[in-house]
Order: sequence, then structure tokens, then C-alpha cells
Amino acid sequence: MTQPAMNSSLWSYANPRKFLATTERLMPFLWTAALICLVTGLVWGFFFTPDDYRQGSTVKIIYLHVPSALMAINAWMMMLVASLIWLVRRHHVSALAARAAGPVGAVMTVIALVTGAIWGQPMWGTWWAWDPRLTSFLILFLFYLGYIALWEAIEDPDTAADLTGVLCLVGSVFALLSRYAVNFWNQGLHQGASLSMDAEENVADVFYLPLLVCIAGFVLLFIALVFYRTGTEIRARRIRALQARERAGA
Amino acid sequence: MIALLLRDLRLAVRAGGGFGLGLAFFLIVTVMVPLAVGPQPALLASIAPGVLWLGALLACLLSLDRLLALDWEDGSLDLLATAPLPLEAVVTIKALAHWITTGLPLVLAAPALGVLLNLPGPGYLWLVISLAAGTPALSVIGTFGAALTVGLKRGGLLLSLLVLPLYVPTLIFGAEVARRGAVGMDTATPLLMLVGISAGALALLPFASAAVLRVNLR
Repeated sequence: MTQPAMNSSLWSYANPRKFLATTERLMPFLWTAALICLVTGLVWGFFFTPDDYRQGSTVKIIYLHVPSALMAINAWMMMLVASLIWLVRRHHVSALAARAAGPVGAVMTVIALVTGAIWGQPMWGTWWAWDPRLTSFLILFLFYLGYIALWEAIEDPDTAADLTGVLCLVGSVFALLSRYAVNFWNQGLHQGASLSMDAEENVADVFYLPLLVCIAGFVLLFIALVFYRTGTEIRARRIRALQARERAGA
Repeated sequence: MIALLLRDLRLAVRAGGGFGLGLAFFLIVTVMVPLAVGPQPALLASIAPGVLWLGALLACLLSLDRLLALDWEDGSLDLLATAPLPLEAVVTIKALAHWITTGLPLVLAAPALGVLLNLPGPGYLWLVISLAAGTPALSVIGTFGAALTVGLKRGGLLLSLLVLPLYVPTLIFGAEVARRGAVGMDTATPLLMLVGISAGALALLPFASAAVLRVNLR
């Protein structure tokens, strides 16, 4: 099973045992680093930055909103890469990592949508507007739901990995198309308000630095969660294999 | 290929329950809308393009689970997979048959239903054009969804959840063409995008459909 010749390359982590051993050693550091970054960034952002002169204290929700929105998109990217690796090189860990990332990404999307709504209520005077960004995020959430549902619906693990992998590829193209279609469909509404967060020069350094720390915290948290969930999936599959072997033996 | 197309068409027409149902559903949805939102002509005129597009999309969606499921159940799909015809061609033909039996009647029936919804005069032509350009994409995307869920016992709801997000760009551009046409605005950009989506989906998605069908058949 083990392939000692590949030990030095990234592909050696396609071996579940190697993956589990390495991630288990990494996990405490990842959790600690994520916790430190999140606590530092959030406390710094919430208590030690001045209120915005126009938005007041509501501006501080960006420390949750921006990192979660970023991770919602990057989680899909990670799923796309993992699905491609599975479809091309048939590494089971890769498929399981894609599966593990799905619900995490969906939760990140919900966090981004909810914090956005909480911010939008006092700022835009509404919880929800059919703004291109908001709409495309809602559609992204639907893609996550479909992806997770397809994983749950299929019993054979290899078939499920194949089908969800192709769905992820096709879905990526259509999610991107939807992003531009939605832009076209409802241009102009609230564009300025949401764009100002994108251009780095629009955010003053006092807000920008804690935001960076928060983003780092979310990235670390995402990696830790995906490693953790992938480990769980590997063990669940191992248990199923053992049970099957026992039934066959008895 | 022609034989397969003719067989699918004959099955759809003669097997009962498949051919006219999509149209009947389209009619019912269109009738239900004024009952739900009220009969004011101005309101109906402004929402007519969107409602007709949504009705056509749902009618397409509802007929998808029959697209491959019947062939899956009686085993003819396995035969088609081992036939000399590549599976990509098979799913393309399946999508074409679905379009001829579902999409084309919807395109032809849409103007009549437009009358019910008080669609403004210039809107009829653009409604037909947008549906004619967009429904092939709906059929091709739907075939991909049907191929994904063909092996599942209760795939119907899951199929909707998978396919509807994929329908978003088509719906946006299609309804936009119809809406702009109805109010007399320039329709060139969304129409080109719509045709682009149809052509792109037709060119690329059969490979994905055939790939997932092979996985489901192994």
C-alpha cells in the first residue's frame, strides 16, 4: 500500500495513513494559531479601532463579513481543485477533502449572508436587496446545497465522488456565469457601498490590519476544519471497511 | 442517430403522459399567476415575460426525470452505452428529443399564453425568440442533471435542487431579452449572451453528461 518512493512529494499525502499522521501532528498548532488570530483580530477590530465617521460602529462587522465571504469562495475553489485531483489521479483523500469542505463552505456563505443582512439593516435600511453580490452569494449557497445533497444521496462512495466531482466542475462554470449574469441583470444598486471594501486604498490601515489578522484566522480555521473533517471521513470509511470484512469473515 | 431520435420521439408521443403534460403544466402555471397576484392589466403586463419564462423553465424541469429514467429501468440505456454510437451522441440526441417534445411546444404555445397575461405588443416576437434561443440550453443542462441522478431511487427533488442553480444564467438572460423586448429596449446584448450559453452548453455539457452516465452505468 505504501509507496516509499513518493515520500518527498506532495502526493505522498494521498496515502490516508500518512495524511492522518501528519494532520494529527499539525492539528494542535492549527487550532491554536486559528484561535490566536481570530481572538486577536476580532478583539482588536471590535474594541481598539475607531468608529467610522459615517457608518458608526456597524463598520466593525466587516471583521466577520469579509473573511467569511472570502472563505466561502475559496472553499469552492479548494473543492474544485480537490475534485480535479480525484478525477485525474484517483486519490481518495482528495475526494474526501472535497466532501469535507462542502458543509464548511456552506456555513461560511451563510455567515457572510447573515452578517451582511445585519449590517445592511441599519446601513441600507433593508435586510435584503437584490444586489448582484448578494444574489450571486445566495446562488453560490444553492450550489453548495446541491453538492452536499448529491454526496448524501449516493451510497457507493466512489460513484458519489465521481458524480460530485463532475458536478463541482460544471457547477463552477455555471456559478461563474451566474456571477456575471447577475451583474448584468441588476447593475448599479448599492454597488458603491459594497465595492469600497474591495479596493484596499478605501480601507484605512487602522481597519485593514485587524482585518488581515481576521482573514488569516478564518483561513487557518478553514484548513483546521477541513483536515479534521477529512480525518473523520477517512475513519468512517475505515470502520465501514472493517465491518464489511467482519461480516464477510463471520 | 436518426433512428434513436425517432424512437425517443415516438416513445414520448405514444407512451402517454409525457408529451402534452409539459404544455398543460405551462398553461396551469400561467393561469395560476393572475389568480395569485390579482388581475390588474398593468401589473400582469410588467411581469408577463418573467412569468412565462419561469413557467417554461418549470415545465422543462418537470419532464426531466422521465428523460433517462425509463431507459435506465428497462435496461435499454445499457444497450445504448455498448452500442457503436458514442455515449456523448446518445445524450445529445436525448436532449434533442427532450427539446422537440418539451421545449419546442413551449416556444409555440408561449404567445397564446402571453395573451392571457396581457403581454405588450412588441413582446411576442422577442418572447418567442428568447425561448427558442434559451430552451435548448434548458434541455441540455437538464440532461446533465438527469444523468447525474439517474441511478437514484428518489431523484426527483434532488434533480430540481441540482438543476435549478444551473438554470440561473439562462433564466436571467432569457427573461431579460423578453422583458426588454416587451418594453421596446435594445435586446442585442442579453440575446447574444443567451445564444452563447445555449451554444456553449450544447458543445460542452454532453461530455459531462456522458461521463456521469458512464459512472452511473458501471
